[in-house]
Amino acid sequence: MTEETITLEVTRYRPGHDTEPRTQAFTVPYVKDWVVLDALNHIKDRLDGTLSYRWSCRMGVCGSCGMMVNGVPKLTCAAFLRDYGPGPIRIEPLANFPVVRDLVVALDDFMEKLRAVKPWIIREVEKPIAEGEYLQTPAQLDAFKQFSMCINCMLCYAACPVYGLQPAFVGPAAIALAHRYNLDSRDEGYRLRNDVIHDAVGVWECTFVGECTVVCPKGVDPAAAIQRSKVAGAKEWFLSMVMPWGGKS
Amino acid sequence: MTAPQPRRPGLYYPTLPATWWLRRPSYFKFMMRELSSVFVAIFLVVLLVQVRRIGQGPEAYAAVLQTLRAPGWILFHVVALGFAIFHSVTWFNLTGVVQVVRVGERQVPPRLVAGASFAAWGAVSLVLLWFFVRG
Repeated sequence: MTEETITLEVTRYRPGHDTEPRTQAFTVPYVKDWVVLDALNHIKDRLDGTLSYRWSCRMGVCGSCGMMVNGVPKLTCAAFLRDYGPGPIRIEPLANFPVVRDLVVALDDFMEKLRAVKPWIIREVEKPIAEGEYLQTPAQLDAFKQFSMCINCMLCYAACPVYGLQPAFVGPAAIALAHRYNLDSRDEGYRLRNDVIHDAVGVWECTFVGECTVVCPKGVDPAAAIQRSKVAGAKEWFLSMVMPWGGKS
Repeated sequence: MTAPQPRRPGLYYPTLPATWWLRRPSYFKFMMRELSSVFVAIFLVVLLVQVRRIGQGPEAYAAVLQTLRAPGWILFHVVALGFAIFHSVTWFNLTGVVQVVRVGERQVPPRLVAGASFAAWGAVSLVLLWFFVRG
């Protein structure tokens, strides 16, 4: 009995040799419980050891293996071959990012944006450790919990045409994380994040395409975070106009 | 503000083609939503012209009505109505996502917020319909 196979059309790019990416087809076993990442590992192990891509945990936690699968941003560890049969399956590097090699994209820009929104708890004055933890009610936790599920996989950036057209846009994941900390009852860093969030390339650059939310593998809703940040910013601006002596939202 | 990243040699920098919005149905739907505002804007200009003609007397108003009876204008208004309804539906669908409504400590489900918006839209539309049909 002949083994069932499926074709993967994989983007290749060799820095220093290629002026632009090209496509190379590989035929791999069509194993129903294989994910795209298994097929890429098969190529790397058996067919072409020079293929470059990122991966780590294989369980949708590390956020390393994001790629375009048939034009849609996916975690390849969660994209089953059987959902794309009989193929061919097109595997490309995450859209909107510079390509380092083959399926590896440059992370610098995203890391800089992440750092800029200060995604950590900021206190005006830290209380002494002896006074214990900062307590939170279940409702206070619930207010931000979904936004804290982000694994920084950058699929949302690959789905966002605004980021593709305007790379300076702070972008969905960074804004969702800023929103997550702004909603945290323990945090006091709202004003520090404002400069980035309400900059011309912050939330106001977003035109609410909404694809960031659709492609998120962790159920985070970055589009909602951005729109809610717009509402909060507009409300604050309005209050500062009618109550210049210090109205606060 | 984040500083733009300098271009690194050896990397391939992709660019989005002008036809990016034809790549996926969701992108196309988004562009149609944006395009709908153009039709709504033109409709409002036409409406303002009609109001101005009313002020200029019955003959002027009758003339503009005669113009608007042309098949081209009727077609435009049908298309504009379609876009206006599409824009309104997408707008109200998003209200539940954008506006968090809380009752006590519990968040009202976004579908319920959107549903309430649709109900209010329907009620206002019915009142307006009654007002115009009544003559």
